[in-house]
Amino acid sequence: MRTEDRHEDLLRALAPQVLGALVHRYGRFDACEDAVQEALLAAATQWPREGVPDHPRAWLVTVASRRLTDELRAEQARRRREDAVAAEPPPAPVADTDDTLALLVLCCHPALSPASQIALTLRAVGGLTTGEIARAFLVPEATMGQRISRAKQTIKAAGGTFALPPERELADRLRVVLHVLYLIFNEGYSATAGPDLQRADLVREAIRLTRSVLALRPDDGEVAGLLALMLLTDARRAARTGPDGALVPLAEQDRALWRREEITEGAALVTDALARARVGPYQVQAAIAAVHAEAPRAEDTDWPQILALYELLEGMAPNPVVTLNHAVALAMVRGPQAGLDLLATLDGDARLRDTHRVEAVRAHLLELAGERPAALAAYRSAARRTTSLPEKRHLEARAARLG
Amino acid sequence: MKYMLLIYQNPANWQELPDGERDAIMSDAGAIVEELTASGELIGGEGLADSSLAKTVRVRDGVPAVTDGPFVEAKEHLAGYCLFECETPERAIEIAVRWPDARHWAVELRPLMTASGEEM
Repeated sequence: MRTEDRHEDLLRALAPQVLGALVHRYGRFDACEDAVQEALLAAATQWPREGVPDHPRAWLVTVASRRLTDELRAEQARRRREDAVAAEPPPAPVADTDDTLALLVLCCHPALSPASQIALTLRAVGGLTTGEIARAFLVPEATMGQRISRAKQTIKAAGGTFALPPERELADRLRVVLHVLYLIFNEGYSATAGPDLQRADLVREAIRLTRSVLALRPDDGEVAGLLALMLLTDARRAARTGPDGALVPLAEQDRALWRREEITEGAALVTDALARARVGPYQVQAAIAAVHAEAPRAEDTDWPQILALYELLEGMAPNPVVTLNHAVALAMVRGPQAGLDLLATLDGDARLRDTHRVEAVRAHLLELAGERPAALAAYRSAARRTTSLPEKRHLEARAARLG
Repeated sequence: MKYMLLIYQNPANWQELPDGERDAIMSDAGAIVEELTASGELIGGEGLADSSLAKTVRVRDGVPAVTDGPFVEAKEHLAGYCLFECETPERAIEIAVRWPDARHWAVELRPLMTASGEEM
């Protein structure tokens, strides 16, 4: 591992601890978060030059505290000038606890939009810089900076506090955290072009953060399920695009490129979770990914088992995207017409904004049914409607094969 | 989702507008840009010079031909663009509806293509 990567890993691991320490001491999540970001930037420039300090966490806490007290002093002076002196509360003692979960729950505050939850989580918990997050999401740094500061104002206005909510509420808030981690993962995983390094970083961050949540909530089957899903999906990363960047469908992927280590870990995680925890949607999705991963060749896939899992998922978390995948599994078990019939139930479904997905699946099933002209028309219609360049390319290539 | 708002104007009747209305269009657009900046939705945007200053470039058999004027001759021309990212299509439409040029001519909202895709 390169020295810069080691520094980066260390900084990212320390970021939530340093932020937690500061918030415990001074309150003021928003100001503390800015101070920690500055300390991380200072470390990123100084450590490679001067070496990592003996106590990196303490170093970061000291630098961040200094920045924060400077800021608070400047603010106090401003207030004094405005003739409204507020007494600073005495600093509270620093508790030595892992604040990662409390930070995640705060950053994924329900008052925030998903885009803001993602940005704030990556910065405050993931320790990424605003510039890195901006590059990963292909927006200017100023835009991302504004999103983050706005998110902090929104949390403040909504009365969000740096404390874990009671257990009952925590369960709901944790669902939001898991969804945000899933979105971060997907943003990185679905990328086929653009700044690759930053995108791969999102995958790595999502997996790392989910691992840290699992360490804190080892009995939550859905946390284990999400981690398993990420690992089993990421295992296919090298196989999912061709050398020219074109998407390779699951059935045509070179399975020798799938990463066994991630598959083994993911499969073990989901098997264990299913055996002892209450089953949930992430576990079922991970189980589906595990069944795919177990097949040495596409034709060895245990489609009846996948179909049963989609039926379970459909009952648990019904949504049009699940129905689409369910239709494919149904077609593989009972023939294309059964899949097409299920697909027809989605026609006119207002929840499906990406209507090209229905058309793409329909095209595939029509092709399986041997209805070439109809398949061709559906591929072309899907290709025109998608906003994804690699999907468009893929769909046009399918159409060309039939035309 | 990222969107580009394409802003169309008719340069002839832009010049015929009363001063107050031209100023109102500028300041209304400026206010939206400010709002999108504060919300972290704005990605960028610029006004374009008059289409009489456009050069249209064609290359045929490797030979470039450069002509003065726009590719598509029309009374309306593309006067500028605003690039933003928002959570829902409804929000994008809301922004477009408020864009002042829509009162006189039209604005066109186009989703951007992404490099992300799911293997099927």
